[in-house]
Amino acid sequence: MKQLFLLALMSVAVSSVSADDPPPRIEVSVNIPRLNVSEYHRPYVAVWIQDKNRKVVANLAVWYQIRGNNKDEGTKWLPDLRQWWRRSGRSLDHPVDGVSGATRPAGEHTLQFTGDEKRFANMRRGDYELVVEAAREVGGREMVQIPFSWPPTKTSTQTQSGETELGDVSLTIR
Amino acid sequence: MTRFLLSALAVAVIGTTGFAHKVWLRPSQTQLSGAEPWVTVDAAVSNDLFYFNHFPLGLDGLVITAPDGNQVEGENQSVGKYRSVFDVPLHQQGTYRIAIVNGGVFASYEQGGQRRRFRGSIESLEKEIPADATNLRVTERLGRIETFVTNGAPTDEALKPTGKGVELVPVSHPNDLYVGEESTFRLLVNGKPAKGLEIELIRGGTRYRDAQDEVHLTTDANGEFSVTWSEPGMYWLETSTEDKETSVPQATSRYLSYAATFEVLPQ
Repeated sequence: MKQLFLLALMSVAVSSVSADDPPPRIEVSVNIPRLNVSEYHRPYVAVWIQDKNRKVVANLAVWYQIRGNNKDEGTKWLPDLRQWWRRSGRSLDHPVDGVSGATRPAGEHTLQFTGDEKRFANMRRGDYELVVEAAREVGGREMVQIPFSWPPTKTSTQTQSGETELGDVSLTIR
Repeated sequence: MTRFLLSALAVAVIGTTGFAHKVWLRPSQTQLSGAEPWVTVDAAVSNDLFYFNHFPLGLDGLVITAPDGNQVEGENQSVGKYRSVFDVPLHQQGTYRIAIVNGGVFASYEQGGQRRRFRGSIESLEKEIPADATNLRVTERLGRIETFVTNGAPTDEALKPTGKGVELVPVSHPNDLYVGEESTFRLLVNGKPAKGLEIELIRGGTRYRDAQDEVHLTTDANGEFSVTWSEPGMYWLETSTEDKETSVPQATSRYLSYAATFEVLPQ
């Protein structure tokens, strides 16, 4: 209950930055390419926002093998998301509420957030980077980074594309 | 057989005095996660890093320190023709220090005009040296061979020095080493920072290149040295020194050696 109260306080603090304006909306789309390989496994994917010192300020998603005979079996491979594991994953308890999810099939996956969510509470005015990291069993690893400024002054969409494990990654902030 | 192994070890431990053998522990991986990850560790003496082509390393001195500071057993211990193996289940979150700590003596003496040498345990010294030996010279030895593995986030509790021999303490955590970054470590001798220790650092995979490409480093007044990693891989570090702090009455000096294996990850 106390936590809820704190949460509410924090949300107020963040939204008050932009006075009466509605909180910014953040939309991330991640394209997982269809790969023509003999043994295909869905990739592990982490999506986060980091500052200029590569410190993680907000975790948006981590997709890994959650189902299975052993509940924690899939966490064994989380260190394969090398950057994310070092910057954030290794100090978290898994699964992470609102962040952990099952692996996704090939195709486009969209994540939507509003700027007043608790996870953005540490984002002060400044320059940041959206990072999407993907690693696949018996496959490769790839990271795609998109820089942006916070809070947004106008609606913008940026797209970067990976070459192997990731297709188009888009960030829209409005 | 045991004595044969021991003498092989002694040869390896005095490596810097003219032999090229390297003693090492090599973990299957250094950063792990999951409900209860296991790491498997190879222990060997070889010319090349990290290949099993000379001798297995005896596991008598195996000391595994868990993240909470307590000692745990190595499981599935086995000594093969060229390597020893053991497994460590990582029940706790944090950093494990895995070490093989060897003590013993080297001795030389004359008997009937012949120069003879002895290597073995401290206990066997009195039994093995004949009563009519002359010009007996005894050197105590203390060697530490180690590596580090972490389940989850790195911790420091297991890395507290014991105060005996050469030990490495983290300035940079040994399980947080990445290409393009500078890492700093401090070396202690008998628990105190040791200036002027000469360090040799070699990246594994020596079989696939023409030269050892070893890097020579020296500790500063704080016992510290720094290295910037240019390539990922398993690295082997070695240093040695001598002092007079013997625990064996007959010994006049003590030879201290240290070797460690680190994993450097790509960014």
